Amino acid sequence: MLQTTNLSFGYTNGSSFSFPNLSVSVKEVLLVLGSSGSGKTTLLHLLAGLMEPKSGSISIEGQFITELKGSNRDRFRGKNIGMVFQQAQFIRSVSVMQNLQLARSLAGLPDDKAFAKQLLNELGIAHKANNRPSELSIGERQRAGIARALVTKPKVVLADEPTSALDDENCALVAGLLQKTVTGHGAALIIVTHDQRLKNRFPKSVEI
Amino acid sequence: MKMLQLAYANLKEHFLTTALSIMLLSIGVGMVSFIVTVSEQLNDRFNSDIRGIDMVVGAKGSPLQLILSAVYQIDNPTGNIPLDEVKKVRRNPLIRYTIPLSYGDSYKGFRIVGTDTMYLNHFKAKFRNGHAWNRSMEVVLGSTAAERLRMGLGAHFHGTHGFEEEGHAHDEVHYDVVGILEPTGTVADRLILTSTESVWDIHNQETHDEKPHSEEDNDHEHGDAHGEPEHAHNREHEEHDSHAGHEHHDHSEPKEITALLVKFKNPMGLMQIPRFINEKTSMQAALPAIEINRLYELMGIGFGTLQAIGILIMIIAALSVFISLLNSLKERKYELALMRSLGASPAKLFGLVIQESLLLCLAGYVFGIILGRIAIMTLSSFGEEQFHFSVWQSGISAIEIWLLPFTLGVGLVAALIPAIHAYRSDISTVLRNE
Repeated sequence: MLQTTNLSFGYTNGSSFSFPNLSVSVKEVLLVLGSSGSGKTTLLHLLAGLMEPKSGSISIEGQFITELKGSNRDRFRGKNIGMVFQQAQFIRSVSVMQNLQLARSLAGLPDDKAFAKQLLNELGIAHKANNRPSELSIGERQRAGIARALVTKPKVVLADEPTSALDDENCALVAGLLQKTVTGHGAALIIVTHDQRLKNRFPKSVEI
Repeated sequence: MKMLQLAYANLKEHFLTTALSIMLLSIGVGMVSFIVTVSEQLNDRFNSDIRGIDMVVGAKGSPLQLILSAVYQIDNPTGNIPLDEVKKVRRNPLIRYTIPLSYGDSYKGFRIVGTDTMYLNHFKAKFRNGHAWNRSMEVVLGSTAAERLRMGLGAHFHGTHGFEEEGHAHDEVHYDVVGILEPTGTVADRLILTSTESVWDIHNQETHDEKPHSEEDNDHEHGDAHGEPEHAHNREHEEHDSHAGHEHHDHSEPKEITALLVKFKNPMGLMQIPRFINEKTSMQAALPAIEINRLYELMGIGFGTLQAIGILIMIIAALSVFISLLNSLKERKYELALMRSLGASPAKLFGLVIQESLLLCLAGYVFGIILGRIAIMTLSSFGEEQFHFSVWQSGISAIEIWLLPFTLGVGLVAALIPAIHAYRSDISTVLRNE
């Protein structure tokens, strides 16, 4: 599903990171653990094609993302990769539902309000569909973020510290929902975190 | 969810800054549209009334006042001129035709002008109903006058001395409406036209039948009959008053008219006649083209200034759009990065910023045009009351069409730098620094 080989990244100041080879298949969850400053976010941005690696390759379902240029890469990312951030970010001026619809539209996919509604339902925040993101609690916002990552039916979901900002209760809840919905919709999940609470939940992990 | 909807939602989100930008834009657009429309319409109006009139002869005084009163019927006359002298001018072989005008009375604010049928021919006036006057006290109404006064063929009315609505009425004799004109788009639409004889007769009648009013007694003196614009419209009264003791004076006394419109045969007339009149007679000759140009120059300074202010406001509006876009983008840095991570290309973000600006400017344009129309309507109703001079734009004018690309151009320029910022935003850095 997703594979990296000999991936490394060089900062402009000369320092560079080499990453272990990663491999994750459909419906599988891979936990990438590392303390802050270990290049976790860099790795995630490389996987998402937001940054250029110094060397090595990344393939998602046989497509080498490093070979895609410009808006082709943007479109590929929109269609195949869902992203969940530490603090879920939204377009503030429109509702949760519209944020989901926008994600599909930006990915070049046809509108599918029913599916968006279904996702919100699965994540238990259907009643907040027409609220502005700012009107949601942190936990609800994180769940809405998961819904948005999945609304494009991506092949892989990349989550950057999805639980670090949450208390234990919400951490367990969100992690559970993340795993359940992502794998439930047939996608692979890569979680990059320093949150040791997740270590017990996901058996497959890599330290960087 | 289309980009345009998102642009709209973003603008609505920053309601106050959006409202400020739209307000500035619409004031700029409204001002420019108002000024240009008014000056164009004034030009049109002034030019269509002036067409074919090479020279105006009247009593000495302000040449501009003579033109404004004789051609446009918006000022008081400069005085009267003796018919005998007018006849001498008329005989000049360089003159193609002349039109005599006698005015000074009105009815409900519409001026009664004594003239001959040449006036109708000059403005190519056609009759909607009825026919031209055949005898004294028969009148023909211009289209606007007929409409406003709600008078048709066969209506009677008493004229009023002077141009005020509440003037001294000539109660003894009444006018009969015998004809109504089609609209001509000229001053003739707003006039009540009759024969020169009617004007003479009505004032003779007056002096027979009633005592002259005191105000006229005071300033009355036969010797200074010319060159005193102040009580010019009283002149005919004064003339008659001074002969009040005579019997049958209406046949013997020298007749007067207020002004004479002149069309030359060729430019030679223009070279010789005005100078001759101004130097050798007690009358003055004024050239409409020159006087109106002078008027335009005077008005032009005002119009130019207002237009410059309008454009200045639009530039300030552009700055306001620029700053508010830049500010909102700074605030939305993360949103833009988010959109990139969701698959939006840099060009799409560039487009989003441009669309927000264009939407803003479109709103400013629409409100501006409405604002301009309101201003024109206000001016028009005022002008209508004061001068029976209405400025109204029914369709969309050329300048308003031109203002649209101009306004959108302003928006485009103002949005360019913010849009480039959006285009270049480094998503990875932004997402990381959150």
